[in-house]
Amino acid sequence: MTLNLLLFLALAVIAIASAAGLIMSRNTVYSALFLIINFLTVAVFYLVMGAPFIALAQITVYAGAIMVLFLFVIMMLGAEKPNEIERMKWQRPLAIVLSGAILLEGVYALITRVAVNVTTSPATEALSDPKTLGISLYTKYSLPFEITSVILLVAAIGAVILTNKSRKEAGK
Amino acid sequence: MIPIAYPLSLAAILFIIGIIGFLLRKNAIVIFMCLELMFNAANLVFITFSNYYQLIDGQVFVVFVMTVAAAEVAVGLALMVAIFRTKHSIDIDQMNSLKG
Repeated sequence: MTLNLLLFLALAVIAIASAAGLIMSRNTVYSALFLIINFLTVAVFYLVMGAPFIALAQITVYAGAIMVLFLFVIMMLGAEKPNEIERMKWQRPLAIVLSGAILLEGVYALITRVAVNVTTSPATEALSDPKTLGISLYTKYSLPFEITSVILLVAAIGAVILTNKSRKEAGK
Repeated sequence: MIPIAYPLSLAAILFIIGIIGFLLRKNAIVIFMCLELMFNAANLVFITFSNYYQLIDGQVFVVFVMTVAAAEVAVGLALMVAIFRTKHSIDIDQMNSLKG
């Protein structure tokens, strides 16, 4: 009981700290590494809430594939540091005030949806089995599942065309 | 187990940190990473409610969100590389013309 709570609080602190590090770090490579830490802690939350397949998919797809792509592009573009001097001074405080307002609203809306004393359930066989997920994906959600394949195809072709065209223009 | 409000508040806080980074940073790659952070927070809410209602559908949606996020990152980073080749900068303030 309390052990779960301690685990959650410790990991929540790490998650928030790494997210803050992501947006405050001047070096883009550090930002990417902070984001990987964040993904790993969130994967542990998935594991605690009985979604082991999603947790491992999070680690392989997000922390693995997507972040490698990010790091690859950061290295390719030379980890450039644009000067962060604001041309409009009022932008930064206004952004912080507005996002603080959204934070309060978001937390309030999410918490009041459910009763305060409701807790998460321990992992059950029906929910944490990848087989259940697979059956649901291939029967009830088969059409969206097929559509994602089209999205991936479009993304692959789009990425190739975008980089190909710019190479041709650079060669002119 | 943990009260359900805790992961929900954590997701909200992570989402807002993503928004703050999105609004404040000028490096386009960092802005992309903040987008990923917001996707992640949304996924956390999906998993929490999947656990709360004991329904698998939340996890199915997380699979879809991950797929779309992967596609989005592939296209977005290709765009970033294309912009860098013409403008020699990924500063978001430099991207103020439609025609490269």
